[in-house]
Amino acid sequence: MVQRAAAVRSGPPLRATVGDALKIVIVGGFGAGKTTLVGAVSEIPPLSTEEIMTTAGVGIDDPAAVADKNTTTVAFDFGRITLNDRQVLYLFGAPGQQRFWFLWDQLFGGSLGAVVLVDTRRIADSWYAIDRLEHHGMPFIVAVNRFDGPRPPLARVRQALDLSPRIPLIECDARARRSAKHVLIDLVAHLTDLHSAERTP
Amino acid sequence: MNTRQVGGEDPDRLYIVTGGRLVARAAAHQDALRRDGAPNPRDAVLDLVTLVVGVGVPPPGLPTEHAAILRLCSDGPLSLAELSSYLALPVTVVKLLLRDLLAVGRIAVRPPVSAPAPDRLPDLETLKQVLVGLQNL
Ligand SMILES: Nc1nc2c(ncn2[C@@H]2O[C@H](COP(=O)(O)OP(=O)(O)OP(=O)(O)O)[C@@H](O)[C@H]2O)c(=O)[nH]1
Ligand SMILES: [Mg+2]
Repeated sequence: MVQRAAAVRSGPPLRATVGDALKIVIVGGFGAGKTTLVGAVSEIPPLSTEEIMTTAGVGIDDPAAVADKNTTTVAFDFGRITLNDRQVLYLFGAPGQQRFWFLWDQLFGGSLGAVVLVDTRRIADSWYAIDRLEHHGMPFIVAVNRFDGPRPPLARVRQALDLSPRIPLIECDARARRSAKHVLIDLVAHLTDLHSAERTP
Repeated sequence: MNTRQVGGEDPDRLYIVTGGRLVARAAAHQDALRRDGAPNPRDAVLDLVTLVVGVGVPPPGLPTEHAAILRLCSDGPLSLAELSSYLALPVTVVKLLLRDLLAVGRIAVRPPVSAPAPDRLPDLETLKQVLVGLQNL
């Protein structure tokens, strides 16, 4: 239960000098560990909020949408890492299913890149997100969140995902801060590599 | 109040929060779109991670939601996403409230200046800063 009038923030405030915010998106199927990963590295407890969407995907700019029964809300969560006196990184966890895609463009344009978080027990949940990221030219890496049970080798996972050899595929434990941190570092390393690839075609 | 019931599940609530202006402005926005073929330039300023800082002392008599925003960003910058979460209001509604406050000069916003342009990689200097920041975690 939340009292809006008494809305208070949780966690420490940002330094007054911070003025440059960056974003990374963690996308994955239901229960893939998105919120867990965000929580493992965030300096504030993961927060959740929502955006209003029309089921037609038109967005709230459609004046009729507000009173329309066809509006729906999509929830997403996020955390925060202060990088230095000037910059802060926000991590957004986003559902990867097809019917949520329209949320991505609207909410996550301007992201540095994305991490697709995969639960190997439900590999097919990641197909759509990977397809879509490739289509949009959004740079990403894929991280297999290791749950208990069978642990198929990465080569098999790559095959099952039909993932290009150019895209890094790593494993992680979304619950562990060090592991979650390395997922983000690997994404940044990949983005840096893409720069060199751009310069030497 | 249950946060899940705010907004989309309860369309009337949007009218209350925005004083009915959501519809009027959305319509104006649509008109602008039709005329210029481009979104209202003020929209570009308000991203999910646009940082909001309060300006001056909140005057008495502000509508509750506006006052709550000023209170929330009184001791440091806060992103639009965080405001939306703390206020339990959808992102779109918070954008409208922020535009009100911008119009009367009660807040200043810091847009995400290092965000990569569409179809461009983030610049190398930004990536270096992010890497160093993450390694220091
Ligand atoms: N064993 C194990 N459990 C995990 C791991 N990561 C997450 N979990 C658990 O898996 C469940 C789902 O994790 P969440 O982080 O909520 O997943 P999510 O992707 O945010 O899920 P939705 O938002 O509901 O789609 C939780 O009960 C976690 O505690 C992991 O690496 N190993
Ligand atoms: Mg979650």
